[in-house]
Amino acid sequence: MDSVEALVAHIQGLSGSPAEVAQLHSLLKQSEDTLRSQAARLAPFLPQLDPSAHTLGYLFLLEAYSSEPNLREQADIFVSIVVEFINSCSTEQIRLAPEKFISVCKSFKDQVMQLQVPMQGIAPLRMALRKIQTSSEQLTPLHPDYLTLCLLAKCYKAGLSVLNDDIFEVDQPRDLFLYCYYGGMINIGLKRFVKALECLHNVVTAPMTALNETAVEAYKKYILVSLILNGQVPSFPKYTSAAAHRNLKSYTQPYVDLANCYATGTFSEFEACIQTHLEKFQSDSNLGLVKQVLSSLYKRNIQRLTQTYLTLSLQDIANAVQLKTPKEAEMHVLRMIQDGEIFATINQKDGMVSFHEDPEQYKTCHMIEHIDSSIQRLMALSKKLSSLDEHISCDPAYLAKVSSPTTESTERKWSMEELSLWLVFSVIFYDSCFLNCVSFYLSSQFK
Amino acid sequence: MNGDDEGVVGAPIGDDAMFSDGGSVDDPRRPPARAGKAPAAGGEQMDVEAYAALYTGRTKVARLLFIAERCGNEGMQLEALRMVHDEIKRGEDSHLYAEVVAKIGGRLGSQYDFDQTWVDTVDRRAELRKEKLENELSAYKTNMIKESIRMGYNDLADFYYSHGQLGDAFKNYVRTRDYCTTSKHIIQMCLNIILVSIELGQFMHVSNYVSKAELTPEQLDSVTHAKLRCAAGLAYLETKKYKLAARKFLETGPELGNNYTDVIAPQDVATYGGLCALASFDRTELKNKVIDNINFRNFLELVPEVRELINDFYASRYASCLAYLENLKPNLLLDIHLHEHVETLYLEIRHKAIIQYTHPFISVDLHTMASAFKTSVAGLEKELEALITEDQIQARIDSHNKILYARHADQRNATFQRVLQTGMEFERDVRAMLLRANLIKHESMLKTTKKH
Repeated sequence: MDSVEALVAHIQGLSGSPAEVAQLHSLLKQSEDTLRSQAARLAPFLPQLDPSAHTLGYLFLLEAYSSEPNLREQADIFVSIVVEFINSCSTEQIRLAPEKFISVCKSFKDQVMQLQVPMQGIAPLRMALRKIQTSSEQLTPLHPDYLTLCLLAKCYKAGLSVLNDDIFEVDQPRDLFLYCYYGGMINIGLKRFVKALECLHNVVTAPMTALNETAVEAYKKYILVSLILNGQVPSFPKYTSAAAHRNLKSYTQPYVDLANCYATGTFSEFEACIQTHLEKFQSDSNLGLVKQVLSSLYKRNIQRLTQTYLTLSLQDIANAVQLKTPKEAEMHVLRMIQDGEIFATINQKDGMVSFHEDPEQYKTCHMIEHIDSSIQRLMALSKKLSSLDEHISCDPAYLAKVSSPTTESTERKWSMEELSLWLVFSVIFYDSCFLNCVSFYLSSQFK
Repeated sequence: MNGDDEGVVGAPIGDDAMFSDGGSVDDPRRPPARAGKAPAAGGEQMDVEAYAALYTGRTKVARLLFIAERCGNEGMQLEALRMVHDEIKRGEDSHLYAEVVAKIGGRLGSQYDFDQTWVDTVDRRAELRKEKLENELSAYKTNMIKESIRMGYNDLADFYYSHGQLGDAFKNYVRTRDYCTTSKHIIQMCLNIILVSIELGQFMHVSNYVSKAELTPEQLDSVTHAKLRCAAGLAYLETKKYKLAARKFLETGPELGNNYTDVIAPQDVATYGGLCALASFDRTELKNKVIDNINFRNFLELVPEVRELINDFYASRYASCLAYLENLKPNLLLDIHLHEHVETLYLEIRHKAIIQYTHPFISVDLHTMASAFKTSVAGLEKELEALITEDQIQARIDSHNKILYARHADQRNATFQRVLQTGMEFERDVRAMLLRANLIKHESMLKTTKKH
């Protein structure tokens, strides 16, 4: 079976029933080296195959072709071939050789990026991602690539369709780090800071034995987003890995300084702090976020005023939050009212702002639906939790660990802690309603 | 104004008649006509001589020197220095003498110039006495009689103390500790150390030795008990634990009388205790522990201003209360122990007053309130803003109409809000936890596969 021609003939012949495909798979595996050595002359054979019927064979050929060193010159041809393949390939057959499929997609992404048309890659890659995924909870190696393209093309909304799935199954921790980091960036781009914080939090607190660069970069953004959202940076939760705990702060000193300034200092101090570290922020390309932190300081101060005053003149607001003119204060207040961050009305006649209480009465249909959906989500989560608990309590390795506590290394102890927390959680969840979880949650050490 | 203080307004007047020693009986609202003996009497310049008469020993010198340094008024300064000079001449501290004479700088005439012969005599005598005491002590030591050694150290320490070598005095007093045989000795040792430590400003030692003295098995006599309470109160005051300080001063028994004038006068107990209590106690505590406290009332009688201001505070007559405080302030700033804490205590008292004032109302006119607190509306607004931000007052300011509205949080909405918030946090945390657990699982699977 040396020549490619013969192989192509086999592919055409053996793409019917699953048994035939399996036979073809082993055949293809044997001839992998041949294919690779002849990578350069594979292109003309591809049109002889039908990507939907001969998916597996097509995939092997395409993968060998993509490893060709001077692919660059034919990049646009390659891209269009891959797009067509992804669109029409059969899901069952690509799952037989997922690593080949992923490798093809990765080189596709490289070519798209090299051609500087990231937007063209988004739709095919999403299709590829959905085809290779066995469930929507699975993280594939294509996730980070997809998000990279979305970021490069500034199509943040496209990224959301993937980010909105809850990811639980992870094969490669590295993929998760990148996925969450990029996910954080996309959410920042859309100003969905709560979600962004969640993503970045996952990176920072993920179990890791050694610090990696993604975590460091994520922590920088984590600090800034926390400041924008909450006005302070929470300390590391106790499940943070030791490596992160020990080293992260020393690698992100300018950001830690900034957070300290934010907590204690005035505007002038804060601005001076930004100026001193300006270059660093710029080289990390976080300057935009830093500027948003600055404007959030104004917002926070205005928000504080709503807690103390019913009415206040624009001049007084300007004085209180250290803005230069009442006009500027009016702009800030106006923007905040627009964004629903405060509830107020401006009386331009005498330059007064009256602050109102939150008009939400929690009795509209919409609100009930919102609460209901939140309860549904929590119930689904708690089900997942109890099934996992069952799973773990039947796991022989876990039981062995529990019964012999003497031989534990520190790392193991740490994960043990995590596992036992689950147990507590799930036991309580088993037969309890939402409010119980809430009260338990409030009292639990988790907070 | 407040519904719950019926009868309180009248009560102090009746009590006055029973306990006061004249002066303020007829009208307790009016500042009393200069009770000369009080350390902090009246708004005008304090009577240094009367003040000094309250104290004995080194604290008198220290307090007068403090006044001379701080008062910023030459007449008063010279008056104080003159008394210091006279006091020192009676003692044996030649170093301090030289210092004081240098401070006087000939401004009080020839009588107060440097007296070399006096210094020489004192120094010579001190030299001889020190030698004698040291010889005696070494003799006792060779004889190994515990009691004598203790006495020897004690004498030596007394000697150092009277010559102003406080560090050495402290060391020698501490050395007597190993030779104490009875509880009485221990208490004496403790009191000596407390005395030196207070003057050295080392209040850590003060509280240590107070508790040591209180731990002795023997029942303490009431005077010692009162002394220890005062010392503990001072120690807490220095460490800014005003509530604890107030408790200690309030527990001080009337037996203290004039027995502890080398540290504190009973008038001081009233002032320190009263101010600390005002700054740190809530209304019921103030009523139970200060106003209804018979022991403490005896002290308060000595300083009618403080008594009045406490009663005014409790009866919500803030203007008069704050006026009393303002009157007292210059004198309190000249107090060796209280001076650093005056600002903090005053601020606390003011905040307490503002909170108490706003508490019963749904809406308060800021103009009325500002006049009650003798301040401008803008100033009051700032103060209120700070208090609201710290969540000490539940209210909001209508800055346009200058009215303060009490804010009653809507429990139902707040609950909804909190439940939703908590649910969201919970969801987020569980998701993150599931993810981490999966990572751990992945990791441990890798490990096991590597092993096999």
